[in-house]
Amino acid sequence: MNAELNLQSSLPGQKARGPELAAGQHTVFLLNNAQLSYQGRAVLNNVSLKITAGERVALVGKSGVGKSTLLATLRRQLPDALAWCPQQTGLVPMLSVYHNIYMGGLQRHNSLYNLLNLIKPLSQPLCEVTELAALLQLDKHVFDRVEKLSGGQCQRVAIGRALYQQQNVFLGDEPVSAVDAYQAEQLLQLIVERHETLVLALHDVELALGTCDRIIGLKDGAIVLDAPSSTLKVEQLAALYR
Amino acid sequence: MQNVSANRLMHKIKPGKSGASSLRSTSFYLALMAGVCLLLADIEIISPSPWLELKAMGQGLITPTIPDYQELLSGLANTLSFALQGMALAVLAGFLLSLLYRHWWVRAFCAFVRAIHELFWALIFIQCFGLSPLTGLLAIGLPYAGTLAKIYGELYEEASPHPRAHLLHSRSLSAFLYTTLPLAWPALRHYTRYRFECALRSTVVLGFVGLPTLGFYLETSLSEGLYSEAAGLLYALLFLIASQRWWLRKTLLPLYLLTAVVFLPPTASINWQIISQFFTEDIVPQPLRTDNPIGPWLVFLWQQQLWPGLSNTLVLSQIALFFTALFALLVFPFCSPLFFGRRIGEVAGQVIRRSGDGLLIIARTLPEYLLAFVALLLWGPSMLPAIVALALHNGAIVAHLTARFGEQIVLRDDACKGLNRYFYEVLPRIFRQFMAILFYRWEVIIRESAILGILGIATLGFYIDSAFEEFRFDRAALLILASALLNMLVDTLARSLRRNLHLNTTADIR
Repeated sequence: MNAELNLQSSLPGQKARGPELAAGQHTVFLLNNAQLSYQGRAVLNNVSLKITAGERVALVGKSGVGKSTLLATLRRQLPDALAWCPQQTGLVPMLSVYHNIYMGGLQRHNSLYNLLNLIKPLSQPLCEVTELAALLQLDKHVFDRVEKLSGGQCQRVAIGRALYQQQNVFLGDEPVSAVDAYQAEQLLQLIVERHETLVLALHDVELALGTCDRIIGLKDGAIVLDAPSSTLKVEQLAALYR
Repeated sequence: MQNVSANRLMHKIKPGKSGASSLRSTSFYLALMAGVCLLLADIEIISPSPWLELKAMGQGLITPTIPDYQELLSGLANTLSFALQGMALAVLAGFLLSLLYRHWWVRAFCAFVRAIHELFWALIFIQCFGLSPLTGLLAIGLPYAGTLAKIYGELYEEASPHPRAHLLHSRSLSAFLYTTLPLAWPALRHYTRYRFECALRSTVVLGFVGLPTLGFYLETSLSEGLYSEAAGLLYALLFLIASQRWWLRKTLLPLYLLTAVVFLPPTASINWQIISQFFTEDIVPQPLRTDNPIGPWLVFLWQQQLWPGLSNTLVLSQIALFFTALFALLVFPFCSPLFFGRRIGEVAGQVIRRSGDGLLIIARTLPEYLLAFVALLLWGPSMLPAIVALALHNGAIVAHLTARFGEQIVLRDDACKGLNRYFYEVLPRIFRQFMAILFYRWEVIIRESAILGILGIATLGFYIDSAFEEFRFDRAALLILASALLNMLVDTLARSLRRNLHLNTTADIR
């Protein structure tokens, strides 16, 4: 109760100050009093949000509060220019790990090249994907069909696909929910290294504080917290889940 | 308070609107229509001695002979070559068309080419390319491409859209190749395989209009009353289709196809003059060519051929549809584990189910056209042979699919047995699916009803065949167009009926 009160009272000031950023950074995402709905039902009201290049943002809040809806809205602002790692991995079960990761880079080649690669992996992308798979600890499974993998392995393939999209901006919806804590940290580190701007929905608040420099808390259909992680503590965030 | 809400509930589910009662009334109208059609239909037995003929056929079936192995082998090889090449063309064209299936003009083109039966296509191409391999290839390839494009297109729509949506530039061809296509692939393969079996049957039927497939030799020996020889050929055909699962291998397909092309190159002595004359002069209505008013020609054609042909086609198909349903409902228990499962002893149940399955496989392996041809020898030219042939072949397919659907049903341990089980437990549960399957066959039955006219029953096919024999290609073209429109109309009607009755509209049951 105490923490919640604390959180509520600190809100206006936090919002006005905003995260500390170097001047001249360009805006990546902008929402102005937006009404976000999921399947026709209003989920988030009056959302105003500005995310600039270089920020690492974590979205936290109970499941069903609207994190995925907010991410989907952000994704629509840059449909073909961001790396996207969805919660439901959406892999193609009958294709290999190699092809599922390669899929992230389809837009860099013409259809014929992609078709040939589908029939027989071509050497250059194979090299790149194998390297990436090693970082994801999937090097033993490059040619395994995805339907044979475990849930955690599938999630790593989905991360691989998003990394191979090779964009500056990364949107992740619970990208590491199915792997153990140690791996989760490593994977997030990898994602951070390779992207300038990040927006991640994370249910693990410790992970959120450790990885991101800005925390956006959602509760009861609104943004109730928007502050630099350096000013927040785990207990404060716990209030969002009550 | 409770009463009010109960009342509301009652209002929501109006007795007249509920699914079950609309299914009931649909079945009632189906039966009523069949009854009226039966009054209009000519179902006399004309043959002087049907029993003698039946006895001769029975004797033939138990004493099969193969007088000429070379003839048999070349018939088999030709059948396979036509079917393989026709399917290769159909798969290629159908796949390319399916990529554009979201455009209405592609859908319309596909609907049109598949609305014309492969036998009618064969009759058209014979005029252009003679009795050549190219004729057989196109007659199979063209309508099958239309069907495959439609099914492939529907399967893409049913594949999960998510993997594709997660990619950048998700509308590109590459994104389709990496997500939608592999997701739909197993269903695509399954359906294409089934379609190959259909192509084998169609190829056999093309033999009846002169292409050198098994059907050609079958027709010869059947018409000459050489039933032992016919039985030998028939068993060869059954064996060819039944053994598919052993020889139809993905890795061997390229080899088969190559052999087929080398063995039977798809060539024809092409005379462009004849072809262009056929399409620019021969099929143009005669009065237009001779600068006469077209009105009387159309009236004459309507009164003498179109109207009788259309009405007979509809009459025959409605009766056949009803008996297909009846036959399927009668026989499906014999191949369903719900009735012949563990309860009556492992072995006995298995034996009954296996033999039920076996008989149905034979009935659905033999093309309607062949069955009708045989029945015609027995009973003479009336609608009776056609009804029996259509009901047997289609009923076997519907029964098989219904029984397979029934396998998903789990009955409680103390469920009643026998007839009670059939009427109280099983029939209510499968009836919706059964109707869905039946409506899928409706279009097929109409197409086949028209075609069986070639055998002498006065449906559209009869007038089309006669027009070709009299070299009146303008009449043939108009009649074929009419049959295509009829099929497209029934297809649309069946689809909207399925939707209104909330029946399954997926492709996997075809």
